[in-house]
Amino acid sequence: MSHVSHMSYVLLTILLCSSAIAQKKNSCVECHIKLDDPRLSAPAKLFDNDIHKARGLACNDCHGGDPNDDSKEGAKSQAKGYLGKPKTLDIPAYCGKCHSDANLMKRFNPSLRVDQEKEYYTSVHGRLLKEKGETRVATCISCHSVHGIRSPSDPLSSVYPSNVADTCAKCHASADYMRSFGIPSNQFANYKTSVHAKALYEKQDLSAPTCNDCHGNHGATPPGIASVANVCGQCHARQAELFQTSPHKSAFDQKQLGECITCHSNHAIAKPGDAMIGTQQGALCINCHSNGDKGFVAAGTMRSRIEELIAGIDKSKTILDQAERKGMEVSKPKFELKGATDALTHARVLIHSSSTAEVDKVIAPGLDVANKGYQAGLGALAELSFRRKGLAVSLVFILFLALLVYLKIRQIESRPSSNPN
Amino acid sequence: MSIDSITNWLDERLSIGALRSLAQKKEVPVHRHSIWYYFGGMTLFLFVVQVSTGIMLLLYYRPSAENAFESVQFIITEVKFGWLIRSVHSWSANLMIATLFIHLFSVFFLRAYHKPREITWVSGVFLLFIVICFGFSGYLLPWNKLAFFATKVGTEIAGVVPVVGRPALRFLRGGDDVTGATLTRFFGFHVAVLPATATVFLGIHLALVQLHGMHVPKKFEHNHGRMKFIPNFILRDLIGWILAIGVLAALAAIFPWELGEKADPFAPAPAGIKPEWYFLFMFQTLKWLPAKIAGLDGEVLGIMTFNVIAALLFVVPFVDRDAENRRLHLIFNVIGVIALLFIVVMTIVGYVT
Repeated sequence: MSHVSHMSYVLLTILLCSSAIAQKKNSCVECHIKLDDPRLSAPAKLFDNDIHKARGLACNDCHGGDPNDDSKEGAKSQAKGYLGKPKTLDIPAYCGKCHSDANLMKRFNPSLRVDQEKEYYTSVHGRLLKEKGETRVATCISCHSVHGIRSPSDPLSSVYPSNVADTCAKCHASADYMRSFGIPSNQFANYKTSVHAKALYEKQDLSAPTCNDCHGNHGATPPGIASVANVCGQCHARQAELFQTSPHKSAFDQKQLGECITCHSNHAIAKPGDAMIGTQQGALCINCHSNGDKGFVAAGTMRSRIEELIAGIDKSKTILDQAERKGMEVSKPKFELKGATDALTHARVLIHSSSTAEVDKVIAPGLDVANKGYQAGLGALAELSFRRKGLAVSLVFILFLALLVYLKIRQIESRPSSNPN
Repeated sequence: MSIDSITNWLDERLSIGALRSLAQKKEVPVHRHSIWYYFGGMTLFLFVVQVSTGIMLLLYYRPSAENAFESVQFIITEVKFGWLIRSVHSWSANLMIATLFIHLFSVFFLRAYHKPREITWVSGVFLLFIVICFGFSGYLLPWNKLAFFATKVGTEIAGVVPVVGRPALRFLRGGDDVTGATLTRFFGFHVAVLPATATVFLGIHLALVQLHGMHVPKKFEHNHGRMKFIPNFILRDLIGWILAIGVLAALAAIFPWELGEKADPFAPAPAGIKPEWYFLFMFQTLKWLPAKIAGLDGEVLGIMTFNVIAALLFVVPFVDRDAENRRLHLIFNVIGVIALLFIVVMTIVGYVT
């Protein structure tokens, strides 16, 4: 067989196969879509947007039965493997049939994890379901929806980052629903006020944490006091590392205090500010430390050093802006002043070490940079004043010269022989 | 060795005696419009300022996308009096274009281009376009944000001219986009090609002015006085030049020419970008033109019209040949006034909007 006939054969096969796919019969949808009861027609309608449909799966791939049979009895025949609607208790295993099968999943999405079911059973949801038979807990479909399941990267998916909190809140924000479990229902409201929610919803920063980033998704569990620092430390690595080396670590452990949340709270995490540290009214340090103790002194020192750097930066910025408004070229010192701002950011991180010496290691060079900026600003203003004075002197000289030339013309033209006309 | 013997030595070799007697004989007419004679000299003086400050800037300027901005920043912050030289260069360029326009319009309205001064006019128009090219090429050299986008828009406008537009755009930019290649070639134009061309035309222009003497408007042909060029006129010129130095120094010290931010080809164009003031009337006109005029692209039509008007400037003395023709005189006056009003109004509108 020539190469050409080989190619024709392959093309013909592809064409036949694709037409077969296009015309694949699905008596389940054909029938259910016409039903008046919305509970029965919804699956057929929703399935159009389902990722499983997009990957070539049909109703019978989950529910069994025969989609080629037009009769209800034939299509839903147990002999043909019809499973029907799974019970809540069986849902994780129902989905796990495929999603826990690494060999099968490779065919559809080789990068997708296959441990969701296993992880689910480690979650509070999974444990309650398995151990206590509690069916009011979340299962796969509670979060991912059912029949209209979209990929988590689809912005319309119920588990897309900006939709996750609303999905969890369906149950967790309901006081009635949560009462019987004995857990609060204000997490969602608190989260909405947090710096994380602001980043996610206002700045559209999809990397900002939502519920599952701290609690896990399939293995959702409230982090305990011992592990909460690890959760925060996933993103705030430097702060977590510094905290581990600080004297606070052992003190918090002893007092059974959550590491990050004691100062920053958990769901309602506000944007941190310098007012949180120090010994003045409103500072968090005075919740535990009192006048005279070592921590009290350290908190006061760190705060005053930070304030000192802020004042230094402001002073430099003001004078450089002033010079710039007057037309002086100060973009270089302005750029270099960013070094002081970086030092300030670094110092605000270093306070997690609770060590004034560590904080001072960056504050001191930061103050130097700020001072250099101020000196540059002073220099620019002095230069401006020099230019103005120089201009005044030059103008006197220039006008005097012009006057001399004018007098010379007068002198020449007063002589009768050179007079014009 | 006395001064006389040096003079004699030079005279035998360079005939400076002839030049001296020529200079001594040169006279300038004195009448009500004599003031306009000073603007040519003022433009020339500012050109000399440009050449001298330009040479000084060349000592430090580095013509590449990586270094240009930093080198200008270095000139104005680190080099002693570098700020003064750079600001004077920028201000003097603008003042020179202003005095050049005044000179052009005064020559136009006083009919100074009539026989035998047609070629003087033509060389002057060449000098006008050379100076505009100096302005356009020099504007990009600091490689700042505004200059970058102004050059982008300016060369794009050149690019829409039918047939020659696209090759002209590629030639000006040194490629499809404004890049370091554009900067390097604008630098080449600014410090080599344009100065050489300007020297030639300036030589012709000055030689012809010398040859034909100052033009006297018809109205004063028989009732004007005379003034010796040396020393009476040249001393008056000198007062103007000394005062110009004062004005330049004041502008440089009180309103130093801004450097702005370094050009970033990947940054979006700043809002409300405008060209230099001497291009503003054309820019504003192009903005106001409808997209389509009689089935033709409005912008293309506008650019072509400006090109035609520019070309017509060259032929003015060959159309208005008859100094006695009063009707033609009136028509040219009307055209001149309309052009002047158009430029002034569109420039103001361009600034305000």
